[in-house]
Amino acid sequence: MDNKKYTLISRIKDSDIYFSFIKSPTAILSTVILVIIFFCSFFVELVTPYNPFDPSSLSLMDAFTPPSWTEDGLSKFILGTDGQGRDMLSTILYGSRISLIVGFSAVIFALVLGVGLGLSAGYFGGKYEMIVMRLTDVQLTVPSILMALLVDGIARGIISREMHDEMAIYVLIFAIGISEWPQFARVSRAATLVEKNKDYVSASTIIGVSNIIIMFKHILPNIMRPVLVIGTIGLALAIIAEATLSFLGVGVPPTTPSLGTLIRLGNDFLFSGEWWITFFPAIFLVLLAFSINLLGDWMRDTLNPKLN
Amino acid sequence: MVMLVVAFVSFSLFNFVGDPINNMVGEETSDAERTELRETLGLTDPIYIQFTRFVGNASKGNFGISYQLKRPVSELISERLPATIELVLVSALIALISGTLLGVYTGINRKGYLSDIILAISLLGVSLPTFVIGILFIYLFAVILGVLPSFGRGEVVSLGYWTTGFLTLSGLKAIILPSVTLSLFQMTYIIRLVRAEMMEILQTDYIKFARARGIKEKSIHYKHALKNGLIPVITIAGINIGTLIAFSIITETVFQWPGMGFLFIQAVQFVDIPIMSAYLVFIAFVFVMINFIVDILYYFIDPRIRVKAEAVSG
Repeated sequence: MDNKKYTLISRIKDSDIYFSFIKSPTAILSTVILVIIFFCSFFVELVTPYNPFDPSSLSLMDAFTPPSWTEDGLSKFILGTDGQGRDMLSTILYGSRISLIVGFSAVIFALVLGVGLGLSAGYFGGKYEMIVMRLTDVQLTVPSILMALLVDGIARGIISREMHDEMAIYVLIFAIGISEWPQFARVSRAATLVEKNKDYVSASTIIGVSNIIIMFKHILPNIMRPVLVIGTIGLALAIIAEATLSFLGVGVPPTTPSLGTLIRLGNDFLFSGEWWITFFPAIFLVLLAFSINLLGDWMRDTLNPKLN
Repeated sequence: MVMLVVAFVSFSLFNFVGDPINNMVGEETSDAERTELRETLGLTDPIYIQFTRFVGNASKGNFGISYQLKRPVSELISERLPATIELVLVSALIALISGTLLGVYTGINRKGYLSDIILAISLLGVSLPTFVIGILFIYLFAVILGVLPSFGRGEVVSLGYWTTGFLTLSGLKAIILPSVTLSLFQMTYIIRLVRAEMMEILQTDYIKFARARGIKEKSIHYKHALKNGLIPVITIAGINIGTLIAFSIITETVFQWPGMGFLFIQAVQFVDIPIMSAYLVFIAFVFVMINFIVDILYYFIDPRIRVKAEAVSG
């Protein structure tokens, strides 16, 4: 070990995280699924032959084509088409891109807000800590979906109706982010309380490093493990929350459908027998959330034995 | 205290989100008329007077008139309330009873295949969003099998202020799908919780002692172990009734159940502030009440708390 070069790859290979990763089939499987989903969603133009939002490529003649393995299916539409003749697979991938963008942005927003408040609360303590923690207590008693709905409702009141469709995604990110921050605040405060009594923090204080630098440069890297675990699980929750809000009709507008919007639109066709329009987006959503949850479970076991 | 804060939030919702006057009058109302209306409604008074009046009205159950439906909010809420309460109660019962039974089973037979299957399904239950479960149920039971209705409450019988679906066959049929859908998520939590509790308690000395005394296994499990395992379950179940009410918004939308959640969703879509603020106050009230009831239940279940309370008062 002594003379070994510490490149990034060798460091990763030697780490306990890598070791437990290759020992865990569920972690590998869920990562593979997620990588495929992420790749297909973000490079959707390269993967799919159709652009479902280009009206010139659509033909109403193709509407309600069932999946290709059924009797009336066409081989060019693997998962069939919806009521406007859009290829389901392409539409789902475009939708999942929006779901992922909203999910990631909401989690990052919640993470920055929660860690910022939690870290500073743990570090400074006193009245400030009490207020922040009381806030998280109050908010945690309110179910997050209700919180997100309320924020969305208020935003609708403030923003005019024409503006709202354009702003919908940002409102959604804000609403979901706001409903998730207390988790991050709690975890990062608890971790900060442990870290701040360690010698390296006292040493930095003695040599006159400013509070901000101690907090964000020295303590922050040390509390990242539990925060990442919460972040992964939070991502699954955010994606589900987005889908739920869109399903309820208060999320992204139908012009740029996310997975939830697709499920809602397809739901209308359920009774007339066109099950694939709502079924495939739903399966896709469940697969996405389930893989993230599995990965999150594995991360919790590896990164943070204490949380168990 | 909590009620006051929530009342203040919903009061500010009412007052500052959009102009209430704008929402009530048409485009062609003149400025003079607007000012007059503003004065008759007392919107020119100082904030604290308005707030006191809001709290006073709210405690009498008066939340103003819905912008969208042009009817008093209190009337709308009391009309929708029974539907939601019946739905939430039924699903809470389903979640509590089957969750506890399955939890005890998986806690006792830790190595059994059935336990593994139950746990795997419960993990899937956490990842499945409520509305997806609802849609699957509708497709399976209403579209393919055609045995259960997929929307509405069926026939209801009205008992004074209360309309109930429990007394008719169609009403009972109609509640099955929504309440099972709503309860699944809670059930998974309760299964895991009871399982963990049972596993921990079965290791304790008093259980070993009970075994040594030759008490029947069944009696040990249900009479001695489960009783102690129930305390955290009651806390969680209490908190979860609140969550159930919130999630009933989703279930009610999927199944077009004419309850308060359905009303609230429509209110959010049309920015119907009076309904939104009334719903908020109502939810907060339910939360406070539930916490109170849970505290009282502790007193009955856990003798330690009773002893402590008597020591303080005596």
